[in-house]
Amino acid sequence: MDAKERELLQLIEKSGRLETSTIAKLMGISEEETKQIIEKLENEKVILGYSAIINWTKGTDEGAVTAMIDVKVTPKRGVGFDKVAERIYRFPEVKAVYLMSGVYDLSVSIEGKTMAEVGRFVSEKLSTIDSVISTTTHFILKKYKHDGLVFSENEEDKRIVVSP
Amino acid sequence: MITEQTSKYLSNNVQAIQPSGIRRFFDLASSMENVISLGVGEPDFVTPWNVIEASYHSLEQGYTAYTANAGLLELRKEISRYMRRRFGVTYSAEDEMVVTVGASQAIDIALRAVVNPGEEVIVVEPSFVSYAPTVTLAGGVPVPVHTYSKDEFKLQPEQIEAAVTERTKAILLCSPNNPTGTVLSISDLVKIAEVVERHDLLVISDEIYAELTYDEPYTSFPAVRNMRERTILISGFSKAFAMTGWRLGFACGPKDILQAMLKIHQYTMMCAPTMAQHAALEALVNGQKDVVRMKESYRQRRSLVTHALEELGLSCHIPGGAFYVFPSIEKTGLSSEEFAEQLLMKEQVAVVPGSVFGVSGEGHVRCSYATSIQKLEEAMRRIDRFVKTL
Ligand SMILES: Cc1ncc(COP(=O)(O)O)c(C=O)c1O
Repeated sequence: MDAKERELLQLIEKSGRLETSTIAKLMGISEEETKQIIEKLENEKVILGYSAIINWTKGTDEGAVTAMIDVKVTPKRGVGFDKVAERIYRFPEVKAVYLMSGVYDLSVSIEGKTMAEVGRFVSEKLSTIDSVISTTTHFILKKYKHDGLVFSENEEDKRIVVSP
Repeated sequence: MITEQTSKYLSNNVQAIQPSGIRRFFDLASSMENVISLGVGEPDFVTPWNVIEASYHSLEQGYTAYTANAGLLELRKEISRYMRRRFGVTYSAEDEMVVTVGASQAIDIALRAVVNPGEEVIVVEPSFVSYAPTVTLAGGVPVPVHTYSKDEFKLQPEQIEAAVTERTKAILLCSPNNPTGTVLSISDLVKIAEVVERHDLLVISDEIYAELTYDEPYTSFPAVRNMRERTILISGFSKAFAMTGWRLGFACGPKDILQAMLKIHQYTMMCAPTMAQHAALEALVNGQKDVVRMKESYRQRRSLVTHALEELGLSCHIPGGAFYVFPSIEKTGLSSEEFAEQLLMKEQVAVVPGSVFGVSGEGHVRCSYATSIQKLEEAMRRIDRFVKTL
């Protein structure tokens, strides 16, 4: 990856909503070139998508419950952890799956409307998978920071309006 | 309140200086709502967290007393290593350095240490608003040398030559410059050094924006041949480390001069704030990544703003450093004061009139791009609308 690609990624990682024309000006390159770099990175699946980070607890109760589940599995001959992980990540309720080192194998993050809904998913879908030995569910009580963003009021500009 | 009755008590020096032109704009802009300010001369980042944490730690450990007058030796040693590593200049932590209350205090004690009543100090304008008044307060006479947009606001050596008299003591240099963002290249500095040497001048080199240069590697003035022994180098933590409110700077230079500055510092200030010194130490040891991150962001915004101004037809050279652009507003037919005032009233965008930085700043305004991308874009839209109504 070259320096321009890296710079562009850093820009849109922070704010996916930047207009192409703004990105071009920030980087001091043409809009045409900016478009080309973006397309290339999309094609190469370096850019996987553009999403917003939403604080769902504000003004809405949708998807307000998130749980992190530690999952122990017996890896299947020939396919290892990957097939089990795939069976789990295909469920739309599952927001993230990571293979972990340590006392458990997979870390699975689930979102639901209520605790009961998440509980149902774990008992009916997740723990019934053949290779799953055990699950430990941790509900997230409050999000302080997520993906580098702080979940609090906007920090106001504390500078005086005109200074030397 | 100053009445005629009491004003007679004031010193001539203080009566000789004007209140800062920035002050008036501050009062005006503060009284309004919804202002997008391009008028701020400081980073829009908050101080990196590890640095803030270091000051908590300092307090928790009970460091609530004075430090050595020159500053914590540990900090001075780290400044010494930092200056060698980053700018290739070497100063002894023991006797060639003072930690000060901002670069501002370093400038003040440098001038007071060297200027005799009536001696002249050359000030390169447009300049940081404090230079000329600080020279006056030190009992000296500021002698402005003007620089122009046609030269990208670079000081021409002949101009120093023309300004020198038998009373000239020193010249105040600032690169990258506030308000123009101009950076003097090594060849500019070498030419200036020749004249400085010929006339046996002292140089006070304000390098507070040295970390914030975008195009070429930075040359520190004392790194120029034969200049170390006649240069007082001023720097600090305000700009590069986003620590304006911490009030921490430093001066480095030849032992005799620095020891004289230390005398003034010791009798008038005692020492810089202790917790800020611990924070600065952390900034030097672990802060370079943050400096690079912030600088990268300024560089991008410089590009955004210079493009936008160009599209609006307000021409400006591309400043090599700091976080200011200094576009010409001459084509609007307004003075810089009128431009700034009307822009503020009609579109609620605060910029600083060039005239507050000296006569040669007239015809320009200073816009700081240390502001979020969204605000910069909105400000440019508003300026566009404003310029079109003229
Ligand atoms: C050129 C220049 N020198 C010095 C200073 C003062 O810096 P400090 O906050 O370290 O006193 C400033 C602040 O705007 C500046 O622009």
